[in-house]
Parts: sequence; C-alpha cells; structure tokens
Amino acid sequence: MIVRSSQRWTKCCLASRATTNGMASLNVANISNCDRSMSTVPLHLARSNNGMVNVLVKSTKVPRPVMILPLKQKKKDGNYSPVLGERAEAMPDHISYVGNERMPITSSLNIVKPEDDVPRGIWPVFRMMDENGMLRGNDQSTPIFSSELVHHDLDQLRSYLEQHHPLFYKEIRSSTLLYPSVHEYPDMPTQPHNTLLRAYRQMIRLRKMDTILHNAQRQGRISFYMTHHGEEGLLIGSASALNPKDYVFAQYREAGVLMWRGFTLDQFCNQCFSNDLDLGKGRQMPVHYGCRALNFQTVSSPLGTQLTQAVGAAYKFKLDAASHPEKEHIISIAYFGDGAASCIDFHSACNFASTLRVPMIFFCRNNGYAISTPVKDQYAGDGIISRAPGYGMAGIRVDGNDIFAVHAAVQEARAYAVQTSSPVMIEAMTYRQGHHSTSDDSARYRAAEEVQVATNVSDPTVRLDLFLRRFGWIDDNVATSIEDEERIAVLRAMEAAEARPDPKIEHMFEDVYHEKPPHLVRQEEELHRHLKKYDGQG
Amino acid sequence: MLSNIQRPILASLSFKKEHFLRNLCCRSSLDAIRNTTKRHSSTLRLEQTTAYDPSAPEPIYHTLGATTKLNLFSAINAALRTAMTSDPTAILFGEDIAFGGVFRCSQGLREEFGEGRVFNTPLSENGIAGMAVGYASAGGTAIGEIQFADYIFPAMDQIVNEMAKFRYRSGNQWNCGGVTLRAPCGAVGHGGLYHSQSPEAYLAHTPGLVVVVPRGPRCAKGLLLSSIRSKDPVIFLEPKVLYRSAVQEVPDADYEIPLGKAEIMRRGTDVTILGWGAQLRTLEAACDLASNEGISCELIDLRTILPWDSRTIIESVMKTGKLIVSHEAPVTCGFGAEIVATLQQECFFCLESPIQRVCGYDLPFGLVYEKHYLPSVSKNLDAIRKVLELAK
Repeated sequence: MIVRSSQRWTKCCLASRATTNGMASLNVANISNCDRSMSTVPLHLARSNNGMVNVLVKSTKVPRPVMILPLKQKKKDGNYSPVLGERAEAMPDHISYVGNERMPITSSLNIVKPEDDVPRGIWPVFRMMDENGMLRGNDQSTPIFSSELVHHDLDQLRSYLEQHHPLFYKEIRSSTLLYPSVHEYPDMPTQPHNTLLRAYRQMIRLRKMDTILHNAQRQGRISFYMTHHGEEGLLIGSASALNPKDYVFAQYREAGVLMWRGFTLDQFCNQCFSNDLDLGKGRQMPVHYGCRALNFQTVSSPLGTQLTQAVGAAYKFKLDAASHPEKEHIISIAYFGDGAASCIDFHSACNFASTLRVPMIFFCRNNGYAISTPVKDQYAGDGIISRAPGYGMAGIRVDGNDIFAVHAAVQEARAYAVQTSSPVMIEAMTYRQGHHSTSDDSARYRAAEEVQVATNVSDPTVRLDLFLRRFGWIDDNVATSIEDEERIAVLRAMEAAEARPDPKIEHMFEDVYHEKPPHLVRQEEELHRHLKKYDGQG
Repeated sequence: MLSNIQRPILASLSFKKEHFLRNLCCRSSLDAIRNTTKRHSSTLRLEQTTAYDPSAPEPIYHTLGATTKLNLFSAINAALRTAMTSDPTAILFGEDIAFGGVFRCSQGLREEFGEGRVFNTPLSENGIAGMAVGYASAGGTAIGEIQFADYIFPAMDQIVNEMAKFRYRSGNQWNCGGVTLRAPCGAVGHGGLYHSQSPEAYLAHTPGLVVVVPRGPRCAKGLLLSSIRSKDPVIFLEPKVLYRSAVQEVPDADYEIPLGKAEIMRRGTDVTILGWGAQLRTLEAACDLASNEGISCELIDLRTILPWDSRTIIESVMKTGKLIVSHEAPVTCGFGAEIVATLQQECFFCLESPIQRVCGYDLPFGLVYEKHYLPSVSKNLDAIRKVLELAK
C-alpha cells in the first residue's frame, strides 16, 4: 500500500532513527488511523521524481492509508500554489486555536440543546474538512484520493462525496453549497450556477479587496480599513446557509456576508471612499457598511449593541411567524467577536433571546484577539460557547476555517431556531491573521511565527483550494486566473470610487429626524450663509 | 441686575426708539424661525403638518366627545390601549409590565392584547432599549418601559449611540422611528437619590432623539399617542408624582398633540414663565400668588424638550421682556441653560431684566432635604418679584 509522506515527517524519521538501505522506523503514535498497538513500523523509503517521498507502511494488521497532501505555499504576490510535502498527517484528536489550545474534534453535527447534558470539560469542535482540504471524520475511514479524479459539475461532486463519506452523508446531502443555484450568480464569469465555485471565488475576492484597500489606507487614499484575513471561510460559509431575507446584525468584520448577498465591489469601495454613491451618504468611517435591500443592518462602532437589536428583530419575526405561519420564516443573525462577547449587550441579548424564545443565531467569531488582547485576558471559561447552557440556549462549536462545517452548522442551527423559535449560539474557532485594523500593528503583541503557523496550517481558502484541486476544478492556471480577475476587479472598483465626488453637502443635515425640524433648518442656513460669505473656506 | 452702564443707556432712549430697536432685532430672529416652518390650513390631522411645527393645530377638546375622569396612569393606560388597538405591530415590554406595571400604567393590557404583545423582559435596561431598536428596525412599533428614569443610564449607549443615530448613519436606509421609551421621572416626595431624577438634559444633548414630558392626564394621552406614532425615536418622561394625584377629564377619543410645540397655558403681559412636567403645578401656584400682587404672568408648558419650540418662547418674551425658567433638575447644564442661552441670543435687546433660572441645586437628590432642594412656589414667586423689580 503506497502512501505519501511529508518531507518533514521523513526528516523526523531520519533524525530519530538510523536508516539502513532506505528503511526507517516510524513512531506510529502520530498516525491515529493506524493500529495503535504498533509502536514502530518498518518503512521503505523511496524518493519519487516529483520530490515526494513514498513511505511503505508494513504492519501486522490491515493498514489504513495515511494521506498527506500538499501544503499550499504563499507566493510573494499573495497567490497560492500547492507545494508537496510538509504536512504531518494523522487525523488528530484535538485541534488548536488561540481561542482554546486543545479542543477535541467531533465529526458529529450535534447542536447541544438546553435539555441535553452539557459537555463535560472542553466543548468539542465540529469539523468536516481538515487543513489538507480533505473531508475526514473520526470514523477512521479515509478514502484515497488521486489527482485523476475529476468531477465536472456540482451534482456529480456531491454524489461522489455522499458515496465516499457516509459519516457526513446528511451534511453533504443538505449542504446548499453543494447544489447548483436556481438563479444565476451575477458575479460569476463562468459557471454562473456553481455555488461552491462562487464560494471559492468570493473568498479570493474578499482577500484581494482586503489587501488592496488596506494598502490604499497606507497610501493615504482612504482613512481606515479592516481586513478579514483568515475568516473568509466562516463568513462565506455562514452567509450561504442563510435565507437572503434573514436580518444580519454584524459587528465590523463581516463584509464577506454582505459580499455573498450581492454587494458589489463598487458598493464596498463607494462606502470606503465616502463618495456620492455611498449608501450611507458618507456619514461613517470605512467598513461601516449597511444595505437595506440585502437585509444587512448598518454597522456601528460600539461593540455588542447589535446583539440586543438582533433579539428585537427576531421577536418581530417570531410574531410574524405566529400570525402568518404559511409565510417563510425569517430569523436574525448577530455576528460578534470574542471581545464583544464580554460587553453587557452580549449578556442581555443572550438572556432576552432565551427567555423570550426568539428565532436567532448568535454567531461568535472567536479569532483569538480583541485588538491586542488575547483571549486569555478576555475570558477564563471555555471560550464563548460554554456560556450558552447558562442562558438555557442551544449551541455548537465549529471549526471556523472549515467552510463545510460552518455551513452545515448554520443550516442546522437555522432550522432549529425556526422550528423551536429559540436562539442558537455558534462559536466558530478561527484566527485573525491580519491586524485588528489599519490603526493596529499586531507585530507589537504577537510573534510572527504564531501568525505564520496559523496562516500556513489553517487558512480556510487554502483548505478549499486543496479540496477543489483534488476534483480537478482548480489547478495553478485556474487559481491564478481567478486571483488576477478578482484583483483587477477590485482595482477597477477602487479607482472608480476614488474618482467620484463627495456626497452633496445637503445630506449633512438630513436624516437626523425623518423630517428636518426648525432648528436644523436654521443651522443649515447658518452654514450656507457662512460658506457664501467666506467663499467655501469653512 | 442691570449694570450701571446699561441702566442710563436704556433710560435715555425714547419710548419709540426703544420699541423700534427691540422689535427690529427680535423680528429678524423670528422671521428666520417663521420662514423655516411651512404654513398649513388649520386641521386636526397631524399628518398634514410638518414635523415639530410650532404652528401645528391643537386638538379642540370640546369637540372630541365624551370624556372620563382619569388620573395620569389611567390616561397613559388609555393611550397605550388606543395605540395598540390601532397598530397591530405595537408591543409593550419592560420590567414588571405583565402584571400591570409598578405604577399600573400597563394594567389590563396583557389580558386584552395577549402575552405575545405585552410581556416582561429580564431586568436589563440596555436590553430593553436595544430590543426596542431592533424591533422597530424590522418595521414594528416598540414601546419599552424603563422602570424609573434614574435607571435609564445603562441604556444610554443604546439611546445615544444607536437609537439617535440609527437613521442618519444608515443614509436613511434603516430607521428605528417605531421606538418609544417611557420612564417615570421627577420628585415624588420620598424618592431620594434614585427615584427622583429628571434626566432630560442628558437626553436633550443627543441629536436625533425626541424628548417629551407631559404635565397632566389629558395632554399625556395626546402626547403619548403622538410619540408612539412618531417616525422618530421618542423618550417619554412621565412625572411620577402625578400618576395618582393629577386628575382631569380626558377625552375617550383618539387624539394627538403635536410634538415640538409649546403650549401657552395662560396669557400675560408682565413676565414669561416656562417649565414642564410636574413643575407646572408649582408655577401655576406661583402665578396665582403673583396675580394677587397685580403681576400678569404668561405661563408656558414646553411639552417637547427636544426639538424644543423656541419660536413660541421668543414671541412671548418679545412681548413681556422677561423670562423665568424653572425645572427640578440641577441648575448647571440643566435644560434651562439651553433655553436661557438661546433666548438671550435671540431676544437680547428685548429683555428688560436678566433671565432667571429657578432650579434644583447642584446636588444629588437627598431624601430628607427634598423640600428645600426643589424650586418651590415661594422661590418662583420671589423670582417673579425680582424680575419685575429689576425691570423698573
């Protein structure tokens, strides 16, 4: 049975064991899907042409294949390409994020209900796809993949996955990411119904938009920006599991949700450049997006205030559902970070949502940091999810960098929320690869190695890329062309937005009240008289 | 006190010149104010007027049909019932709402409208305020109750940063105009520090909010209905001492009193006296005593603290040349300060004596000192006599 091995592994092996004629022993304690009774396994090492090392595993029991797949390495301009080797590959028992350094993995999508026994000890992390972009469960079955597998369409891919991953059959079968969309996505140049490919493309687009607009701030072209590096998976994964009419109450690092709903690059850039086409009429700092048509509430800077508001909106939807049960049921979803979960509105919102039984999702992006404050200074308990049972609320913890797991969890949570008219908390474990904002330099409070490991090991876009490569959807050419297309689209939108004029000064005094009261009419006239007298000098 | 310089200058002007100067400067201010509000035909329907229009029509009470003698909490209760009957999205919530409320304002409403629409929330003012904002942003009418205005402060982030700015920051894509937050306020005789406060000054400093204070049952019903139906978020402060003690014939009909408009309770010529809420009872008593001394007082109830009706006050002060503002809240940066600042700017040359503020001292509201803390009848009478004396 031929398996592939990482160079690092080989190095470890060679370092710790003497090799004789290419034979080496391997400590199989690191191979969880091999029989654990073996302590050492004799190996044949043979180097193949492409630099991969083939490791032959011999054992007394039927060996399970150990899959090690290529790690994506970042090229200088931010594009990705696969590089073989480098990953130690056992299906681990635990995964680690800054939010909690040792969390058991579960392959079972189980939302813990208020009436269930809560997990003893650390809440497990629901995961479907590992860092190598492989769907792997703790049922120990791991199919062999070869790069000859090509599945041309989404239905074909889904059938293949259903067949080969019985553990995740239910999640795969119901995942809307794996079904072609009914309507064409306007932002897909090819394959306009391919939901999964759109997810991939949007993650790339979000990354490009972040990189370019962050740089624009550094060049003084916009005043402020916040990136989403490392969180694209949970944003696109959760957004794609919602009903477009669900109200989104975001914190500030959720532009991916708005992007999935159809906010265009032009619209993002118009807000960041505060020009005359900004839907917010230039009144807020960049990244404070809002869009009524897409049911995305306008972002505000105070933290956590969106949580209690989401409860209020969900209460409206609850009453609507009660009085019109035949209509489609809507929920609200509130996004927040590990830091905002310390705010008073988090506490009030959880309590209100649970006692009033409103249909909503509390979606926590535990990315390990609130600006410079690591989670160890933010909470003493087991993350945020451990609080849910205290409020009598259902909850689940997921691997936030696994787009399939996030998507499945949100789908399930939404269904539960609608069916029982009660809130669900989802804690998505992830890592904030970028700075808090352009006003932050995270090198001042965290080691570069920590960021590097998280980026290399756990990036959600890398995982999805590896997954898609396996089925022949992506290769280097396709990936590069998608990245280039998106990069150019962002640059075009940015340049167009920058060239536009400011909003009209008339908008300054409008919308404070639904109609301008007399004192604001007077004050506006004062300003105009002043500008006229001093020739617009202000 | 007029300075030694001011007295001779004024005294040297002839009557006609003095009158001319007074009207000149005041009129230009008034014109500026008048031109900003549209004219309209006199009608009871508030929809046809602009918002916060000092010319908006009042309800003509004797045409509204049958009345019932109600105290303040019953009038509030009646307004809530009317609002919730006419608006199926209206919900009422807060602490202890379900059993009828600690001041009985929500009595019988849960039985009538159901537990989905009238319900208790957990004990959290920021939660009540935030929930109101969210419910209204989804298109509903949210009537939240804060049990005492003294406890509104946990909700200030939601009120100031969210509620007041909700429409503006979204570019008018979103609004929370359906929010009304009610709270009992003011001295009650035994409330001490934390059951007596009047926080209107904190709230008035927040552009985007509407702040309303009724003085009695009849206007409370009309103002509360306007507030609930307003397209802007309203904080409705109810003087708790009046809940039982103020009784009036209140029309059974559905009527609204315009927001942003002061009411002239009594016409007079010698001095303008301005207040709001329960303080008007004190001021009425002071005016009665002053009239015994031959002083004719024009008494005005501001009703809406924000946006406030400066036009009515300015017109009155143009006539009388003297102004007294009186409120329970501490004098420094109380809302009286805003009124005085505006009036001295707009009416400087009309004034015959310095504007007086008769307010609470800059103290926390000490229990046993309440009688001396409050701006009493005698303090206001003293101020009336003083402004007349200074004007001589």
